[in-house]
Amino acid sequence: MYETTRYLAAGDHALVMEFGNEIADAINQKIRAMSLAIEQENIQGISELVPTYRSMMIHYDPLMISGENLTRQLRRLEQQLADIQLPPPRVTVIPTLYGGEYGPDLATVAGHNQLTETAVIEKHTSREYLIYMLGFTPGFPYLGGMDPAIATPRLATPRTKIKGGSVGIAGSQTGIYSIDSPGGWQLIGWTPVPLYDPEAATPILLKAGNYVKFEAITQADYEAMKPQLQNRTYTCREYPFTPGGDGHA
Amino acid sequence: MRELKIIKPGLLTTVQDAGRKGFQQYGVPVSGVMDHYAFEMANLLVGNDAAEAVLEATLLGPEIVFEADGLLAVTGGDLGAVFNGEPLPLWQAVPVTSGDKLAFKGIRSGCRCYIAISGGLQVPVIMGSRSTYTRGNLGGHQGRALKAGDNLSVGDSPLPAAALTQPAEKRQITPAYQYAKEITLRVVPGPQEDAFSTQGLETFYQQPYTVTNECDRMGYRLEGTPIAHEAGADIISDGIAMGAVQVPGHGMPIVMMADRQTTGGYTKIANVISADLPLMAQAKPGDILRFTKVTVEEAQHIWAARQQEMAAVKKALALNPREETPPAHENTPSAHENTPYRKELFRFRRGGRPYALVVEELEE
Repeated sequence: MYETTRYLAAGDHALVMEFGNEIADAINQKIRAMSLAIEQENIQGISELVPTYRSMMIHYDPLMISGENLTRQLRRLEQQLADIQLPPPRVTVIPTLYGGEYGPDLATVAGHNQLTETAVIEKHTSREYLIYMLGFTPGFPYLGGMDPAIATPRLATPRTKIKGGSVGIAGSQTGIYSIDSPGGWQLIGWTPVPLYDPEAATPILLKAGNYVKFEAITQADYEAMKPQLQNRTYTCREYPFTPGGDGHA
Repeated sequence: MRELKIIKPGLLTTVQDAGRKGFQQYGVPVSGVMDHYAFEMANLLVGNDAAEAVLEATLLGPEIVFEADGLLAVTGGDLGAVFNGEPLPLWQAVPVTSGDKLAFKGIRSGCRCYIAISGGLQVPVIMGSRSTYTRGNLGGHQGRALKAGDNLSVGDSPLPAAALTQPAEKRQITPAYQYAKEITLRVVPGPQEDAFSTQGLETFYQQPYTVTNECDRMGYRLEGTPIAHEAGADIISDGIAMGAVQVPGHGMPIVMMADRQTTGGYTKIANVISADLPLMAQAKPGDILRFTKVTVEEAQHIWAARQQEMAAVKKALALNPREETPPAHENTPSAHENTPYRKELFRFRRGGRPYALVVEELEE
């Protein structure tokens, strides 16, 4: 993390607060605190906040607030971040069908790391992953904190179509495809829970700054969930995140 | 049922409005119109709110039959609009009635035009917007570009009937932009300007760049002299604003537009100023662009001045009901003052309507 945050213009309707040049939990915490501080301050003219790995883009209306004035107010808020009480992040449990037709590359990931498929699933489901940001496609989470023991390079030739909900590994990252899209991640499983449903009251399931935990389910579990998934009443289990917790509610 | 019937869809015709705002933090692109100026003007001309949904047509326009009465305006690029067989002037509202037909003969200038009808297009509002994001099958008409046979519902006209018979010259404007094959775009320095060498920055600001065939609603890929980086082209992903000029490792700039992804991992050398985005939006393959630098303060002043001009146009186009319909208020029975030759004798109401009895003497 930088000692002094960089304020960078991104055109005449947005600016970027850049907190560092690395992917780190501490930066993400600062972004969460800054978002909350801005929301509480209710600065007129700010239209959108877009948090990323190491920065936050702030979209604003220059007719309501000048870039200069906005920067001054943000610098002031930044000095008061120590006073911000952050609510504990939420952990969303993602039910996942591993292997077989749902995760055609599970064997590749196991082979690459000289593990059994069961051991890969255990390692993948044992951690809570920080959602650094959402992007690439609507609702796609960039997750941090995967066990290096299951890291696997991307496919040499990307697939032209990957089913939305597919859970994959790319290098030391893990993620979930939010919609059908092309991609080169090693697919180890699939979740029937939509990360993105434009017709739903909450169109996007996840939020940056919260956590994701995968939970292995069986085909029978999936069958039992189907009616609720179909009538859009299924809700993922959630619990508050505790730093250093064992990952169980 | 007020409707537009799509006979031929054209190359890429989509329903768009001011864009889907507030969801970028979830990875949902803003979308919306490429040329906000032509869009707002089209709406104001037909008496709509400036942000109503319209059609955005690209290069090759659609063929449309109207099953609705109201006003129609086409603004933006000149795609050769023809209305009931006659050339249709742009930037002007014309009355439309059921059975009228709009077609396009071929492009003359610009790249995309906006087709607005009074009442606006009534596709469902999804995540706060009617805009189409085709890559995400989101919004607009079934999340996609229009096809032959599509019918689009039109909202009730907000115009008083009298406005529909207003002379055309009262509902036309002179656009603030002209679309040329060679344009200069003003930019402010981008958030990663320091990732470029001095030579790289000189190249960008002094050399011309040509719009390639790879230009769409997501972005414009340009080609020309490669721009040299000082310290690599890749960054840890951060946000992308409309008009951001990204330069990947190959050194060729890409201008990010309405359907841009919300975040990206390439260095951004500059950002086109908001007031010049309509020019970028109307550029097409083969057009030549040059970039010139202004400060953020200058860009915001230019933007404020443009918004003031638009407010003046809006005021001029606003329909004053007192001009259109007989006065309905007792205190303003007449638009004319008393003069030595004109005297108001008394006021009365009949059948709920106010009247004034006025005696006028003719001058010799």
